[in-house]
Amino acid sequence: MLSGGFGRLLVLLVGDAQADRIVPPTGYTARLTVFSAAAMAFLAVFTLALSLATGRLADRWGAELARTSTLRISAPAEQMAAQTEAALRVLETTPGVERARALTDEEQRALLEPWFGPDLPVDTLPVPRLIEIVEGGDGFDAAGLRLRLSAEVPGAVLDDHTRWRRPLVSAARALRSLGWLAILLIAGTVAAMITLAANAALAANAQVIAVLRLVGARDSYIAGAFVRRFTQRALAGAAIGTVLGVGAIAFLPSADAAGGFLTGLGFRGWHWGLPVLIPPLAAAVAYVATRAAARRTLRELP
Amino acid sequence: MIELENVAYSYGGGELLSDISLELSPGSFHFLTGPSGAGKTTFLKLCYGALVPTAGEVRLFGDEVRTLHRDDIALVRRRVGVVHQDCQFLDHLPVADNVALPLAVSGQDGADHLEDLRELMGWVGLNARADAFPPQLSGGERQRAALARAVIMSPDVVLADEPTGNIDWEMSQRLLTLLIELNRMGKTIMIATHDLNLIRAAKAHVQARVLRISQRRVQLAGADL
Repeated sequence: MLSGGFGRLLVLLVGDAQADRIVPPTGYTARLTVFSAAAMAFLAVFTLALSLATGRLADRWGAELARTSTLRISAPAEQMAAQTEAALRVLETTPGVERARALTDEEQRALLEPWFGPDLPVDTLPVPRLIEIVEGGDGFDAAGLRLRLSAEVPGAVLDDHTRWRRPLVSAARALRSLGWLAILLIAGTVAAMITLAANAALAANAQVIAVLRLVGARDSYIAGAFVRRFTQRALAGAAIGTVLGVGAIAFLPSADAAGGFLTGLGFRGWHWGLPVLIPPLAAAVAYVATRAAARRTLRELP
Repeated sequence: MIELENVAYSYGGGELLSDISLELSPGSFHFLTGPSGAGKTTFLKLCYGALVPTAGEVRLFGDEVRTLHRDDIALVRRRVGVVHQDCQFLDHLPVADNVALPLAVSGQDGADHLEDLRELMGWVGLNARADAFPPQLSGGERQRAALARAVIMSPDVVLADEPTGNIDWEMSQRLLTLLIELNRMGKTIMIATHDLNLIRAAKAHVQARVLRISQRRVQLAGADL
């Protein structure tokens, strides 16, 4: 004899052959339910991937950008070298700066090349000198560094990227929240859809229910037959949709590691295991929705 | 078994039945007659908890019907076999499964009752139709199947609403014999019928009381039949 919860779960999954026969098979609505569950699971996989990807993006931007800063020195040509020297000295003695390096003329030309072409004579233009700062440990105190620089290197401007990093990171975080909200909405839609389908099935089977009541069936027996059927359909549909969704993401062309936003859409590491949760969750939603619908309908019958 | 005390029932408008007091004791055999629309079906529905009286008390196996929960009503119906006038079945299951349905819904293994089922199906003359589906049955076959379904649980009470309406005389005699046999085993029987011949035929074999619904009341008919 199977005991308690496990036995009930098993009956829910494999069905009670005898009790399940009492609800007539309905090909059309069954297919619609399976299809809808599959479609929703497919969407859920993508939304999950989106949420996880934007989450990763937010973390990466937050982490990587925080570790580098740029110092820009604008000075008359004859003071440029001296100010650069002074700035580098200041940076060497700043706690939290791992290394600081002035970009060479060649590197600066390479940076400008996309805009001005390869023939730009950088040395004849008053182009500011850039110093790349890589932070170490807990990073440096940007405000303190600015104070020291303003005293010793008047032409230096520190750009620690926070100004443009913050909105990007918060945009990525907002996108991630939207993704989770979308998953909740998908779950709600599954519940609504299953409720509608279950209500339709209960209404279509009014005679079946009346006969069962007449011969002494308890509500739980009648509801159970409907609940099992819809739970199984949602489970099967969601499994199909999840497999298709995960397959689609797995075969998404990976456009190299340039770090574009779209190429980041997908799962990494153990995140591949998360979609496995979608079918059971869909089944749970269907179970609760059908149960509530069946109880509600049955209560109104004699 | 089933007791009614000052029971009245009204459908929105006027009262259909009023001031009915009656007790169906174990082993009794009742006929219920009256013109169409007098409330025979309503009366039977009061007796198995499908309707709750608008006034008065109905006690099913000792419990007032208003105090019964839905599950209690379900248990009551396992002890009361009901044959409706318009017999309804699960149209997607064969007749044999429909007849065995009360066993299935009460959690009994149909395999343990195969012999009973076959005997019962034979008694109502449906063995040849056991694998047919209800929509393929004639009106008479449906009523016989409904009677078989009503008695398969060996209920304490059998309530039948015009069980012989669509059946030829010979077959209705057969069904009557089945009900009389059940009555001899101590079951309480109540048959709503227009068929005076059926009542006379029964009276030859069993101590049957005839109730008549007239002017919203249920009265014991005299020996005029």
